[in-house]
Amino acid sequence: MPTFDLAVTPLRDLNQALHDVASGDNDLQFDVVNPRGHHAVAAGVHAPVSIDIHGSVGYYCGGMNEEAVITVHGSAGPGVAENMMSGRITIKGDASQYAGATGCGGLLVIEGNASSRCGISMKGIDIVVRGNIGHMSAFMAQAGNLVVLGDAGDALGDSLYEARIFVRGKVESLGADCIEKEMRAEHIELLSALLAKAGITDARPEEFSRYGSSRKLYNFNVDNADAY
Amino acid sequence: MSYHNPPTKPRLSATFDEYTMSEIRRAAATGIYDIRGGGAKRKLPHFDDLLFLGASISRYPLEGYREKCGTNVVLGSRYAKKPIELKIPITIAGMSFGSLSGPAKEALGRGATIAGTSTTTGDGGMTEEERGHSETLVYQYLPSRYGMNPQDLRRCDAIEIVVGQGAKPGGGGMLLGQKISDRVAEMRTLPKGIDQRSASRHPDWTGPDDLEIKILELREITNWEKPIYVKVGGARPYYDTALAVKAGADVVVLDGMQGGTAATQEVFIEHVGMPTLACIRPAVQALQDLGMHRKVQLIVSGGIRNGADVAKALALGADAVSIGTAALIAIGENDPRWAAEYEALHTTAAAYDDWHEGKDPAGITTQDPELMKRVDPITAGRRLANYLKVMALEAQTIARACGKNHVHNLEPEDLCALTIEASAMAQVPLAGTSWIPGKGGY
Repeated sequence: MPTFDLAVTPLRDLNQALHDVASGDNDLQFDVVNPRGHHAVAAGVHAPVSIDIHGSVGYYCGGMNEEAVITVHGSAGPGVAENMMSGRITIKGDASQYAGATGCGGLLVIEGNASSRCGISMKGIDIVVRGNIGHMSAFMAQAGNLVVLGDAGDALGDSLYEARIFVRGKVESLGADCIEKEMRAEHIELLSALLAKAGITDARPEEFSRYGSSRKLYNFNVDNADAY
Repeated sequence: MSYHNPPTKPRLSATFDEYTMSEIRRAAATGIYDIRGGGAKRKLPHFDDLLFLGASISRYPLEGYREKCGTNVVLGSRYAKKPIELKIPITIAGMSFGSLSGPAKEALGRGATIAGTSTTTGDGGMTEEERGHSETLVYQYLPSRYGMNPQDLRRCDAIEIVVGQGAKPGGGGMLLGQKISDRVAEMRTLPKGIDQRSASRHPDWTGPDDLEIKILELREITNWEKPIYVKVGGARPYYDTALAVKAGADVVVLDGMQGGTAATQEVFIEHVGMPTLACIRPAVQALQDLGMHRKVQLIVSGGIRNGADVAKALALGADAVSIGTAALIAIGENDPRWAAEYEALHTTAAAYDDWHEGKDPAGITTQDPELMKRVDPITAGRRLANYLKVMALEAQTIARACGKNHVHNLEPEDLCALTIEASAMAQVPLAGTSWIPGKGGY
């Protein structure tokens, strides 16, 4: 079980070792200590490894992750799991801005709160936030699911495309073209699966409201110009 | 006695010219701004306003067909483990699959590869056609992140972080629904037929300090192998260049307002940004002030048409140039052979710029399966290669005449300006004088 101490080992060595993991390798569990807010920790990993980061990280932790299971035992800076393709990233603490930005797949679980623009331009990722999320979250979100057990800030889902948003708490305001939608059986089923996947057992899908696009801004119409 | 007032010639207003009046009528009829492709069409100070001085008693020339004049350029030597070397300092600018047809993208890749240069993806991701046919492929990292994935990052040859472009510094993009085929929709993870907006700024960073971290992340993901370019529109070239260098760019791409776009508002294209000519010297000055000229390479684009333009850009301090519109013309865009069809679209072969509508008779700026058959990638690629070769030969011809054994040895002292504006912008003397506005002389 390789351990990288970022207080003494360059970030490059860690990421290179993670990128060098090949099919059939035995060392698939990595530990990182003293991350001390380093940026791009475990970015670009593309192997089914498990990485435990003991402390808080800076920007872009787990960026573009493929297959890896990454757990941050601390908080994460901006852009955690940005453009993630697959795998799972769990943040035990809070996450800063742009969590899961443009993510295409995989699961991001934030056990604390997430700041503004959580899930911005998401393209298929599933994001589950136990706490609250900040303003402009799911801005231009294209696909995937954003699940929030707490509250959501201003302009949720502004200019939303086909991503689904589920919020248990209150929503400060909805952004352009984002509306509340009926929770049908299929959504209860979907949400139930997402909560289970995220390891959340103290919330019931029926407690959530669903938000999505009204699809009125999908094709430009000058009469909608005031909506922008 | 009747008064006779002899008729005068009808006088058209210079302010309310025919185009302006037609635009007012169009706006009144539709209630929406005009969208089009291409770059600024208005008359601007440009490379035509500069001349090379050539050799004389004080400078002797190289023999035109005998003495070597190099054209190669290395890009990305600052940090990248694998910088790229091109045979000619003329690259193909980023143009998306989606705005362009698959055969057009393939033609660009083929032509660039024959000529020994690079081509560039665009908003919408990397296609197999262009990867397969481009020996050197630059992968754009755009605000929309449409089609962005780490596999393609690892198989590209360089990464270009697009902050802005000359046609619309500060603006995003729009690919209208009629160009969103099944394939384009799938690559962009959006439903077919909807208007696809491209954001004007990146979703996960703002400002130069964040950019530095973003570059670090991309380098880490790609194991520091790939050169990283930063592309900016011609807005504040001194500061943008300095900040890109500070953020860790290997290459700065600077696109003036003549640089084209697939689609944006006419008012944006014609009224935001600076002419290419005005952008180069401030950018070079920033590189020189930081001691990074020729260490961080500068690629200039926006209205490059021939070898003289290439040579002038290099003489002003660029390391390479990039072409978009000219490359499309070379592979058949706005070709007179489709004149009747352009007229049916209420335009002419030469003026057609409604690229966003997807009806391009040349089959280039379209996703219409029938129209795109008109582009034979092999023939069109050969045409592009020929054109690039001519440009390189022309630049060499001029460089030799100025006594230079490499096109990069051209310098501002080889130039003079025909107008005061060009003199001030390019910071070379007005022809026949030693005067540079703001710099002195007579």
